[in-house]
Amino acid sequence: MKFTTLVSATALAVASTAFVGAAQARDQVQVAGSSTVLPYASIVAEVFGENTDFPTPVVESGGSSAGLKRFCEGVGENTIDVANASRAIREKEIKACAENGVTDIMEVRIGYDGIVFASQKDGPAFTAFTPVQWHNALAPKVLVDGAIVDNPYTKWSEVDASLPDVEIAAFIPGTKHGTREVFEEKVLLVGCEESGAMKAMMDGGMSEDDAEDACLAVRTDGKSVDIDGDYTETLARIDSNPNGVGVFGLAFYENNTDKLKVATMTGVAPSTETISTGEYPVSRPLFFYVKKAHIGVIPGLKEYAQFFVADEIAGPQGPLAQYGLVSDPELAATQASIEAEETMK
Amino acid sequence: MTDATLSPEGAKAPEKTSAQPRSLYATDELTKKRNASEKRFQAYGIAAIGAGLFFLVVLAYSIISEGIPAFTRTVLTVEFTVTQEQFDDAESQLFKTRAYEAVFTEAMSAQFEQKDIQVPFDIAAIERIVGKPGSTIREFYRANPDKLGQPVAFELAASSRVDGYMNGRLTRDNITDSRFLMKSDLDLVDVLVESGIIQTVFNWPFITGADSGVDNPGGAGIGASVVGSFFMMLVVLFLSLPIGVAASIYLEEFAPQNKFTDLIEVNISNLAAVPSIVFGILGLAVFIQFMHLPQSAPIVGGLVLTLMTLPTIIISTRASLKAVPPSIRDAALGVGASKMQAVFHHVLPLAMPGILTGTIIGLAQALGETAPLLLIGMVGFVARGYPDGFVSGFMDPNSAMPAQIYTWAARSDFAFYEKAWGGIIVLLIFLLSMNILAIILRRRFERRW
Repeated sequence: MKFTTLVSATALAVASTAFVGAAQARDQVQVAGSSTVLPYASIVAEVFGENTDFPTPVVESGGSSAGLKRFCEGVGENTIDVANASRAIREKEIKACAENGVTDIMEVRIGYDGIVFASQKDGPAFTAFTPVQWHNALAPKVLVDGAIVDNPYTKWSEVDASLPDVEIAAFIPGTKHGTREVFEEKVLLVGCEESGAMKAMMDGGMSEDDAEDACLAVRTDGKSVDIDGDYTETLARIDSNPNGVGVFGLAFYENNTDKLKVATMTGVAPSTETISTGEYPVSRPLFFYVKKAHIGVIPGLKEYAQFFVADEIAGPQGPLAQYGLVSDPELAATQASIEAEETMK
Repeated sequence: MTDATLSPEGAKAPEKTSAQPRSLYATDELTKKRNASEKRFQAYGIAAIGAGLFFLVVLAYSIISEGIPAFTRTVLTVEFTVTQEQFDDAESQLFKTRAYEAVFTEAMSAQFEQKDIQVPFDIAAIERIVGKPGSTIREFYRANPDKLGQPVAFELAASSRVDGYMNGRLTRDNITDSRFLMKSDLDLVDVLVESGIIQTVFNWPFITGADSGVDNPGGAGIGASVVGSFFMMLVVLFLSLPIGVAASIYLEEFAPQNKFTDLIEVNISNLAAVPSIVFGILGLAVFIQFMHLPQSAPIVGGLVLTLMTLPTIIISTRASLKAVPPSIRDAALGVGASKMQAVFHHVLPLAMPGILTGTIIGLAQALGETAPLLLIGMVGFVARGYPDGFVSGFMDPNSAMPAQIYTWAARSDFAFYEKAWGGIIVLLIFLLSMNILAIILRRRFERRW
């Protein structure tokens, strides 16, 4: 009998602690989203915890889309307060948010991230790329001698004589990453247009939208590999494949210059300078989205947003720029908009 | 005649060979074949064990060689003074820790000049060599304001690149000049090592600390996630042991044998084979979205892992209850014990070693589980440190050891990769000690009939 009483007593005790917790207010900011923004958010979270009296925010990863999906689940303590995104929120997502009662969303642009093309440091000499070369290497259908044909290229040197004579092996971000969208728009689509493939497809009777979709497609014969994990996974693939070329964030590359070498894009080497001036073509803004309804409910939420974009943090001399973020020249406007708690229309 | 004498000899010869195998001392063809196949089988077995051992050694070697650097850290032992004005000035700023870092680098630069260091250096070089000392300095002076204005000896972490240079990961050949470390900085590092300012010490903050931001690998520790794992295991233990034991006692000793109990049994076995990620999705839907328990909290992780561990415990408990000979039950019932008394006074104590072993193995499994934690928010940047009370231990966001390892492995600075391997060593130490505990308990309390 003693045993059973003991059993029921412990079970009760544990169950009661569980329900006490449900009534307890959350006192730290919860953040989730883009794995590209994650490093910056974790730097800010640590410094925010060290420099203010608020507890350190919890920052999770998972990708821009996954983060925004969780963000749009509703208003309340058991939903996240901030979603990090490496792309702007989409109409569809704003609608989904509104359906769940998340109507007042504040958009904060924290700066820019460059996307670089890198290969093994001691591997073949991939030193300069153009969007057209990437289009021809990765598209399932390309323009050859005025006709759209199935991609015949298996080696980089066949795509362009200036490239090394090795098999095409590209490691590009998977579709759940915001980076993929930028890669598609700024590299594949541009390459498709410049090579004339898009015009040829439209002349062949495709509508503009269909042609654009066809331009963004990637060949599926194994020459191009989608990486759904983080850049570390891409790095591991490159490490084991000397001919591999991978797509990385500028900050990641700069942290791994002992293993990787970077290639120029249309003649411009990626750096914080060339990205902030807009010379380097493949870059994108980084954002986070704040649920206005949580300001004043979750302690430190507004302070976290303000701290994130303060000159000392996100400015050119701050720790984010130190790590590889290209700081936003219009930071002051962002600061003012957070101060006024301006929401998106 | 010659024919007559020859033929019996010729006939004798084959007879002799067929008689030969009858001797016990000589083996015949078939026996040789059987012996050979036995030898071969043994050789296969030894080869299999050898292959297993080989992989174990390779694994252990790579874990240890990759993880050992995580247990040492490079520090600068320096004595310097922060004045009251510098303190007030730093505290008035938004980015206070950066202000302390500026005070520190200036003090360093002044000291190096006094010490007449022969290599050229500037403030930027010192900044690259030093890690993120700001929070250490700030916390010290906030706790000891009376020490302001006096020289204080600090042990401050060097940057991750210098750490890599000291433990051999980076060499002069593979360092590329970057804003993180220049090749020329290494000359200064060498001089500082000679003069004893830069030292390599045991990395206590790694054992006791919490996670740090991606730009500060020197400050990252696994301690907080060990605490998180501990609270999760408490939940698992206190829920799954009583529930699992109660369920198996009922099923084994009391439940009638019918279609319904058969169905339950089949389902328990099936549940044991369900991938753990499924429990994670269930936990997200039930505990967080429906019951509104806090995200990233060990209580939710513990509840999810309880669901995962229950089948393991039920199966092992039922097996050990079955292993108790029926004569024990019969004897107890024979002297007038009720069925419940027979179970609780006699059968259960005898089954206890088996139950405990099963529970510990189940807990060890749960301790190493990452997949369900991905979904309930326990994989993320949590730098909270330690919970300030028993309840907050369950309720406050925390990470768990395997989740922390996963987070570190995905970071761009290679120093975090070392930390991930170091974390694996810590996790393995916990798993091994749990398994050893299970073996000891079984050896000690096991009874044979």
